[in-house]
Amino acid sequence: MKRFFGLIRRDLVLAVRQGSAVTLSLCFFVIVVVLFPLGVGPELSVLARIGPGVLWVAALLSCLLTLDRMFQADFEDGSLDLLIIGPLPLEILVLGKVIAHWLTSILPLIVITPVLALSLNMPTEGIWTMSLALLIGTPTLSLIGAIGAALTVAMRRGGVLLSLLVLPLYIPVLIFGAAAVEAAIGQLPATPHLLLLAGISLGSLVVGMFAAAAALRLALD
Amino acid sequence: MAIDLHKYANPKRFLAITGAIYPWSVGVTVILLAVGLYMSLFVAPPDYQQGDTVRIMYVHVPAAWMGLSIYTMMAISSAIGLIWKHPVADLTAKAAAPIGACFTFLALVTGSLWGQPMWGTYWVWDARLTSMLILLFLYLGYMALWESFDDQGKAAKATSILALVGVINIPIIKFSVDWWNTLHQPASVATMSGPKIHSSILIPLLVMGLAYMSFFVMVLIIRVKAEILQRRLRILRMSELKEH
Repeated sequence: MKRFFGLIRRDLVLAVRQGSAVTLSLCFFVIVVVLFPLGVGPELSVLARIGPGVLWVAALLSCLLTLDRMFQADFEDGSLDLLIIGPLPLEILVLGKVIAHWLTSILPLIVITPVLALSLNMPTEGIWTMSLALLIGTPTLSLIGAIGAALTVAMRRGGVLLSLLVLPLYIPVLIFGAAAVEAAIGQLPATPHLLLLAGISLGSLVVGMFAAAAALRLALD
Repeated sequence: MAIDLHKYANPKRFLAITGAIYPWSVGVTVILLAVGLYMSLFVAPPDYQQGDTVRIMYVHVPAAWMGLSIYTMMAISSAIGLIWKHPVADLTAKAAAPIGACFTFLALVTGSLWGQPMWGTYWVWDARLTSMLILLFLYLGYMALWESFDDQGKAAKATSILALVGVINIPIIKFSVDWWNTLHQPASVATMSGPKIHSSILIPLLVMGLAYMSFFVMVLIIRVKAEILQRRLRILRMSELKEH
């Protein structure tokens, strides 16, 4: 357990010291969201209508941005080999990496989401549900993304392939996430959607850990 | 089931068996396609509302069936390849992917050609259309992953993992897309409830389905054979280089 937290702490410290990764994905997220009013037009009613979807799509894309580095940096400098020789099972190691990725590149997005949602003229009920839905749903993005990151870890230009592999698998999260927010805005219960999101997250916890570990073993053969 | 899978893992035996099946599959494909096309294009009655446009269905529906079932087949042979280290199963999954992608694409194109006169638009964000489009992307991702490895053994394992993750996800995607669509049901899709299937329509449809299936078997045999021969060729070339 101590080793597990040590691994997460190491990744967090690395991310903070390098700095760029956290701020980059945050900037990307903000810019993508800002582009939509410019493209669609500044009418507040239109923005409020497309707001939940825009925020979710922007979150998916910014998650992709840092995904390819999840295992790659450690793979390149050889520390992944060391970690695998260590006493932690590879599945747990993947989980630690996923948690670190979620904390560094997705949690900041969730923190800033209410501000962006306000700028898109979303009603207050919607904003709370939006944050909650992101909190429940985004672990899936890191978990499924870990499979793609592990499959493409040894490739020099894996980023583009990664998005082709992973984005179709993100669709359920996008649908239920946006549906939860729209239900909340329409004064309907959002709980069923949130429960489905939680179910998807738990399911991908099982699948993601094992599949990503299998893919990593393959890359390090 | 006590089938000895390893008996069929030998590429030589595989080539012998498929070599025997191949001429039959060609013959069956030609006959069934001819009969099916004749029945669906000339014998089957035109729909009282859709007229002759309904005949697109005989090309469209079996293609969609094949698109879905080929992915399932790929996932099963990927699992066999991963569990029993069965080389021919890996090759079969690889060889099936482009065929499945073509069938999915055919289903999408014929569907949108049918949609233009029926719905007045080439594309509707209907649940079925959307999930077929996503299936096409899954095929493309699978094929791209095969291409991006140099080592065929690693590529086989990596793509097997992807195919299995995909097959777990397909029902979830399908279900979520269905639900997404019923939340925002466009009025135009309501006309989709076609006529009840009468035997004059069902029989040509099933004949076409069988024709597609035997076409798939035929092309799959050619492609797997080509893969095996390509590997042999490479090994021969390598050993030739060694001798020099």
